[in-house]
Amino acid sequence: MLSSLPSIVGFVRPDIDWHAVAPELTLLGVGAVVTLLDIVLLERGRAYTSALAGIGLLVALIPIVTLAAAGDTREMFGGAFVVDDFALILKAMFIVVAYIVVLLSTNYIAEGDYWENEYYGLLLASVMGMVLMASARDLVTIFVALELLSIPAYLMAAWRKADPKSNEAGLKYYLMGVFASAIMLYGMSLLFGLAGDTRLSEIAATVAEEGSNPVVILGIIFVIVGFAFKVSGFPFHTWAPDTYEGAPTPVTAFLAVASKAAGFVALMQLVHAGFPDAQDIYQPLLWILAVGSMTAGNLIALRQENIVRLMAYSGVSQAGFMLAPLAVAGDIGGEALSAVITYVLIYAAMNLGAFAVIIAVARRTASGEIRSYAGLFKYAPGMTILMTIFLFSLAGIPPLGGWFAKFAVFRAVVEADTGWGYSLAAIAAVNSVIALFYYAKVARMMWFEDVPEEADTTSLSVPPSLVAALGLTAAATLLFGIYPAVITHFTDGTLIALTP
Amino acid sequence: MGEFLNDWGLSIPTFLPIIGAAVMLLIPKDREQLHKLIALATTVAVAVFGLLLLIQFVDNDNYGALNFVVDKGWIDVIDSRYIMGVDGISLPLMLLTMLIVPLCVIYSWNHFPEPHNPKAFLMLLLILETGMIGTFAAQDLILFFVFFEVVLLPMYFMIGVWGGENRRYAAIKFFLFTLFGSALMLVSFLALYFLADASTFDMRLLPEAAAGIAKSSQVWVFGGMFLGFGIKVPMFPFHTWLPDAHTEAPTVGSVILAAVLLKLGTYGFVRIAIPILPEAAAEWAPFIGLLAVIGIIYGALGCLAQRDLKRLVAFSSVAHMGFVMLGISTLTDFGINAAVFGMVAHGLITGMLFFLAGSVKERYHTLDMSRLGGLLVQAPRMGWILGFCAMASLGLPGLAGFWGEFPAILASYNPAEVLAEETFRSYMVIAALGTVLAAGYLLWMLQKTAFGNPREEFANDPHIRDASISEYMAWAPLLILILVLGVYPHLLFGATDPAVVNSLNDCLESVTSGACFDAAAGK
Repeated sequence: MLSSLPSIVGFVRPDIDWHAVAPELTLLGVGAVVTLLDIVLLERGRAYTSALAGIGLLVALIPIVTLAAAGDTREMFGGAFVVDDFALILKAMFIVVAYIVVLLSTNYIAEGDYWENEYYGLLLASVMGMVLMASARDLVTIFVALELLSIPAYLMAAWRKADPKSNEAGLKYYLMGVFASAIMLYGMSLLFGLAGDTRLSEIAATVAEEGSNPVVILGIIFVIVGFAFKVSGFPFHTWAPDTYEGAPTPVTAFLAVASKAAGFVALMQLVHAGFPDAQDIYQPLLWILAVGSMTAGNLIALRQENIVRLMAYSGVSQAGFMLAPLAVAGDIGGEALSAVITYVLIYAAMNLGAFAVIIAVARRTASGEIRSYAGLFKYAPGMTILMTIFLFSLAGIPPLGGWFAKFAVFRAVVEADTGWGYSLAAIAAVNSVIALFYYAKVARMMWFEDVPEEADTTSLSVPPSLVAALGLTAAATLLFGIYPAVITHFTDGTLIALTP
Repeated sequence: MGEFLNDWGLSIPTFLPIIGAAVMLLIPKDREQLHKLIALATTVAVAVFGLLLLIQFVDNDNYGALNFVVDKGWIDVIDSRYIMGVDGISLPLMLLTMLIVPLCVIYSWNHFPEPHNPKAFLMLLLILETGMIGTFAAQDLILFFVFFEVVLLPMYFMIGVWGGENRRYAAIKFFLFTLFGSALMLVSFLALYFLADASTFDMRLLPEAAAGIAKSSQVWVFGGMFLGFGIKVPMFPFHTWLPDAHTEAPTVGSVILAAVLLKLGTYGFVRIAIPILPEAAAEWAPFIGLLAVIGIIYGALGCLAQRDLKRLVAFSSVAHMGFVMLGISTLTDFGINAAVFGMVAHGLITGMLFFLAGSVKERYHTLDMSRLGGLLVQAPRMGWILGFCAMASLGLPGLAGFWGEFPAILASYNPAEVLAEETFRSYMVIAALGTVLAAGYLLWMLQKTAFGNPREEFANDPHIRDASISEYMAWAPLLILILVLGVYPHLLFGATDPAVVNSLNDCLESVTSGACFDAAAGK
């Protein structure tokens, strides 16, 4: 009976390359095991969930390595799901980032007496969405991936149930996210309406034909604006500071790095594979978004008193830098992708590191005020040095990793050799100076100020999982800066051709 | 030995300090003596290495070309390579760095500024040394940029943690100013990369590769570099960070800042901006010359208005760097030789003056010149050393300062042919007036601090002793060099001249004949 079902509904199962979807399936499996563990072992399972999630993530790296070793481009579902170098490097990044987020979460979630199994289950689901996003070359796949990564994140942002701020964080993130999805979906429907196909390669052909059709223009703008919410680009960044501040800090780190990166992955695919011939439309739009994000993010960051809010606005400004190469993507092609991926990878290392320090210090001070960092050097010199490394790396000071990220962006926009490109370079140069001011403000607090009198100045105890996270991120930040070939080996524009 | 030096001669002294700092990181903070010893051993080893390099350099007898060249892959994707090498221009500056840093360690041996913490202080000093030596050795623009920026962080912390009352403001001002310049400089480097015929950051190839860039673009690219290097020098009107940074920095920080960091800017002009973009340099030269002479006069007037000894020395730096920039702006080999000499001389003399200011501050706990006086009575040797350095600084013939200023003035009588003679001759007159003012403020400073009788409040202060052993040890090499270079300047000119002639490529000579520019105009 069951075997005749396909012939009745006329459904033919498409060929599935199990190897190509192995990373997603592994994550799905681990997520299921984590959930089952909770049901079977109840309270006794709590101790194992974070370890299980962490190991599961590392296991998911294995098929990525084997796929990279095989080296061929794999397509499925008529080109809607593609595994190429572009997808693999980003999948690997998402999984490593998620692993570090698990390290950051372990003590935070356990000690805070929050629900653990559900947390890690949702985290794995969200990562699965991101990993899927890296392979999506089709509007529907992109949308499904986006929702899969967002919906768990809405819940995680509100994980500190008892705290109204966390509730506000989750709700705000949810409302803004849904709003953005709606706009994006509308744009997608316009594009689909004209192209009659959801695959990006078909959309590209339609856009090339009907570039001046207002429906196409509107569709492109709506889709880009939808993702501008996701990457917290100005003026669509307003959710970020409140959400970042209210959410549990490990979740903030996850949103600030992985979720933002996922937005960029989608933007890169859309710009590069979806409407490569519409540069007259998307370039000025992204130029404005880039300049607005870096400038507004920086200027507002200057006035922040709370470290997480500062990181939120710094994230807006960093998003501006990441948008910049896309604003000249039509002129320089694949080099723009290469620059954005380079930036995203380095940004992931240094930003996660900064959040790791914030979590470690907050264990002592229980405060997010920048004031609470006063005199940190006196009683936690190691933490101070690490935070200094991360902050100045974010500011782009050589030889720390951030310099090469900034360099890649400058290189891309100058390479365009257009007025738009050079002006963007000059604005970015000025902004990198402004950014230094607020990063240095935190550094100044830690190094130059005296310890507040009431503060506890016994040396800081840092749990092993945080030490591991700090070690990994600091090593990566330094290595990326001193020997950037580690990064460029994977992000070289000639290697990373994105398959439409 | 020669083989070894040729392969490793530059990489080892560049990275040895970082290794020393890494070792210190692992040792607990309270073992101060051990930290000092490690720092001293590292910096002395670097200096010994410098000496070996010098011997081998003389032995190679090829001052004009790059010696000890290393060329290895670094970041292949952007065609940036790990290229190191020194010639007659960079070697003196590099040796100056290698000399100054161990002297700083010796000087601070027993008096680390508040809040003490020798471990962190010396580690920063070592990181600084890596950055400074690397900048002078780098022959790839991106490598240069990285080293150029590496010095920012340690200096920021040195001023911010160990500095004076207003240190937070001074530290961030220093950082922001420099970063602003270098960000635009990086954009210029990138523009050069994409506009030049060959996509390369190799400083050896760029002069030729960049010749084809349209003049209008050259002028813009030069402008970015001008901001980057000019702020570092610092040239008027970007000098405002300097007095603050110098005044607030701890003694050792001021010494390094004056002796080496400022040279990174002028060195950038000589090594990068002018050889690669000579046509744009010719366009900018009158403007640079103008800012240079404004700097000379403004710095001197600034000095005359100071009450604080350290601030006075800081403003005198602005004036002296004006002479250096004036020499560079003439675009003649004579002027640029003078500029390189001026850099070294200023490093020795102003470095010394900051050491002295630090020692005065330590004894009197003030640098207010209206309260000082009678140093010659209370600490005669130190008083005489101060007099000697003041004389050197005002350009007394026979001491090193003279050979930086006088040829620079002379060179502006006869600038490169493409430049307007009248303009530069008027600059010459103004610069000459500057030397008179220099004599004025330095002698005035000497009168205020060294002559006369000590004020009542300090008359019987037991803290005011003459120079200590560690001070003598730190100062002697500098004093000897000031004298030796003053008496026998050929020691330095002999090394710089072939390199200047060579590295300013064919253009410098043809600047004089105008051929280079005619050829470019014909293109």
